[in-house]
Amino acid sequence: MKDTSYPVLVAENITVRYRKGRQHFTALDNVNVRIPHAATVGLVGESGSGKSTLAKAILGLVPITTGRIELLGQDITHLNGRRRRGLGRSIQAVFQDPNTSLNPSFTVGRSLIEPLKAQNMLGDIDVDARVAEVLTAVGMEPDAASRQPRQFSGGQRQRISIARALITNPQVVVCDEAVSALDLSVQAQVLNLLTDLQRERGLSYLFISHDMSVVKHICHEVTVLYRGTIKESGPTQQITTQPADPYTKALLLAAPIADPVVQRQRQRPTSAVPAPSRTSLIS
Amino acid sequence: MTVTSSQRSSAALPNAVPRRQGWLGQAWKRQPLGVIASIFILLIFVLGVLAPVIAPFKAGQQDLLVTLNGPSSAHWLGTDALGRDILSRLLYAAVPSLTYALIALAVFLLIGVPLGIVAGYRGGRIDSVISRVAEIAMSIPAVIILLVVLAVFSSSPIAAMITLGVLGSPGLIRVVRGVTLVVREEAYVTAATVAGVKPVNIMATHLVRRALGPILVQASVFVGSALVIQAALAFLGLLSDGDRPTWGGMIGEASQVISLTSWPLVPAGLIIILTVMAFGLVGDAIRDATSDEASPAGRRWRRRRAKTVTPAANQFDLDTKNHLLQVRNLRVSVDDGVTLVDDATFSVAQGEIVAVVGESGCGKSVTALGTLGLLPPGLHVDGGSVIFDGVDLLSRGAEAYAAVRGGGIGYVAQDALGSLDPTHTVEGHLREVILRHEKLSPAKLKQRTHELLQQVQIADPARVLKLYPHEISGGMAQRINIALALAGRPRLIIADEPTTALDVTVQSEILHLLRELQQSTKLSVLIITHNWGVVADMADRAVVMYAGEVVEMGDVYTVFQAPRFPYTAALLAADPSVSPLGKRLETIPGRVPAPGSRPTGCRFAGRCPFATEACLDGPLPLRVVPPGSVTRCIRAEELASEGVLDR
Repeated sequence: MKDTSYPVLVAENITVRYRKGRQHFTALDNVNVRIPHAATVGLVGESGSGKSTLAKAILGLVPITTGRIELLGQDITHLNGRRRRGLGRSIQAVFQDPNTSLNPSFTVGRSLIEPLKAQNMLGDIDVDARVAEVLTAVGMEPDAASRQPRQFSGGQRQRISIARALITNPQVVVCDEAVSALDLSVQAQVLNLLTDLQRERGLSYLFISHDMSVVKHICHEVTVLYRGTIKESGPTQQITTQPADPYTKALLLAAPIADPVVQRQRQRPTSAVPAPSRTSLIS
Repeated sequence: MTVTSSQRSSAALPNAVPRRQGWLGQAWKRQPLGVIASIFILLIFVLGVLAPVIAPFKAGQQDLLVTLNGPSSAHWLGTDALGRDILSRLLYAAVPSLTYALIALAVFLLIGVPLGIVAGYRGGRIDSVISRVAEIAMSIPAVIILLVVLAVFSSSPIAAMITLGVLGSPGLIRVVRGVTLVVREEAYVTAATVAGVKPVNIMATHLVRRALGPILVQASVFVGSALVIQAALAFLGLLSDGDRPTWGGMIGEASQVISLTSWPLVPAGLIIILTVMAFGLVGDAIRDATSDEASPAGRRWRRRRAKTVTPAANQFDLDTKNHLLQVRNLRVSVDDGVTLVDDATFSVAQGEIVAVVGESGCGKSVTALGTLGLLPPGLHVDGGSVIFDGVDLLSRGAEAYAAVRGGGIGYVAQDALGSLDPTHTVEGHLREVILRHEKLSPAKLKQRTHELLQQVQIADPARVLKLYPHEISGGMAQRINIALALAGRPRLIIADEPTTALDVTVQSEILHLLRELQQSTKLSVLIITHNWGVVADMADRAVVMYAGEVVEMGDVYTVFQAPRFPYTAALLAADPSVSPLGKRLETIPGRVPAPGSRPTGCRFAGRCPFATEACLDGPLPLRVVPPGSVTRCIRAEELASEGVLDR
């Protein structure tokens, strides 16, 4: 058994700057994230916080301006070409929209095999058995492989996306709003599935979400992002019960809790405070 | 039919292919025109190949005794100026004519598809170079280039067709690039990149496959125009192909004797027109057949006919007589008969906030739109009543609705920015709606717009009034939408997922605003949501919908603490905001039955851990159970006494 505090992924001082015409825009400013083995680290923030940019930077989808990313002890910051593609064995991703996460023209099986083909793993293993194994692992029938994505519901397609992410046996899975588009009962199924897979396979997740209650439920550690900078990070229990940063507090308070008794105590009293100015949001 | 089998059939294969027909049979059924057109092209080609065998005469065989004859038994399609048999020449000309068009097509595709995909996928400098070159190429007059090429290559048809392909490809590049720009943003392309698939493979598999529809349409149009241009060049005498006839060349020859007879033009002209049309039809058919955007839901509705089930008389008598809005047994169907909402029954009292909650596909939004009389085309209200302020809107029809919309009932939609017209300022929006309800002097109108913005807690109305929708945030846009809904001084606002697309901090402000409006003006609010947190935050009463019917309603505290319908309890337990850290979330097995395949009895029975045989026995009415909830569950009291529903 590995030391559980051993970090599988370390992102240090990540800064990502875009150029829009002549103007520079800093999407991420000096952000640090460390994902221990078999743990889930949450990245929470609102739109424009840079949480998806960080996911993309880690996955090599946007160039990093400064900083360093280490995956399983290997510096991957500026890897590209064949060596970057080879990382598909160690790190995979699940995205938000179940409608576009699978190519509608491909059978489920063809989508599932794609990462194996890309990693030249087709010769090493029994492909059909592996496809059946990952489909079973996400709670689907193995015969799903021969069907088209449109024959499945959103939740099932999201399970298939998770199966595709698992097929190369990666150590790290980046979940970018992976349950945000799902209905409550389906969301619960997928969250449980992620937890089970972590226990069985020692997976580490970078779990990106705007939903504090989901993050609270699945993450061991949380990092709160606001406009490209880290506001606060630490163990979930601590962040959610004793937030130090006012923005974290506001975020926690804003997420309504599904209990009218509790929720109404958390509300700010109506008409007691002056109307807040929203002018700062006008761009 | 047992619970499990009905469940399995609805969950397993929602749109299974009915019966495996022959490949051709299926194609014929879906695309009869496409099949006819393909057979036509194939026939032309086969006849052309067989020309030496089947043609009655040799292509160049002259008979100067029978020049320019009409159809006869010896020459079915007549003869030309040199007395050659037109039918035979048409047959001999088929292969060269088609081959030349296909050469042009091949060049067109070989240049257009790869460059378009590379430009769209790689972007940046590569895209700039390809796009600029394509634009320049498009601006060069094609005719001049063709003439130059024909002059240099001594009227070679192959050179002409290759040039045509090159000159046509920039158009294809632009189309393919446009499609690629969209497709490359789709999650499966990103997933493939992350999985380590080589860019060239991503382009060759995902992108080409997804761009196939537009490519085929372009190709079929192009091959048609290649045939026409080929004919035009031959007509002008610019193509020389030795003695081999081509369709275009035949038209050229026919045109020289047009003062004597027009007949020789007819067969050649007709064959070109028919072939061009056939290519167009084949292109359309292939595009339709390869498109993946078919809506499975729509198809499913068409295939299955709903069993007509009259809702059981609801056995409850809550005192809702004085409620502002009373919706009873509302039933909404697709025009072809499938029922989406069967029995929506609820009410909203003056100054009350009522939340309708449920998962997607349960009919919440359809219920809201049905209540407002704003159903999209294809849907209609099938029964029930909607009584607003004592008036039955459904039986009074469109006029009653027109009188009440805006002035009595306001509506706020989910897509805040999409609800505003990008070409109008905030002030323009407000003026339009205010003037619809009251005639005001310009000064009063200005005052009223300010007043409305203040009402939705916008701090500096003067500035905001001047802004266009693209200049404001989503939260601000939703405030404006609420202001627009308030412009007619309504007594009730129906808000369909008003905060779903917003950030959580903005959501909390909008909810706060709605609560304040309700308290300060005694406004009633009907809020549609899938979020239990919003219900807990806002609602006085909650209405739970499942599979097209209201399954439970009651005071919000009661619904949360003592749900009396198992779906309510299960859905609450699945909410991570109230489940203990580290504990597994409760899940509901299976999925919501689709409209048209809903069981006759309790619709939740297939997924319910407490279902019995009796649950499937006929439609279940709403009834009152202690402590004052309305539920459809026949075992509510029993389950309540066992304590399995309470939280």
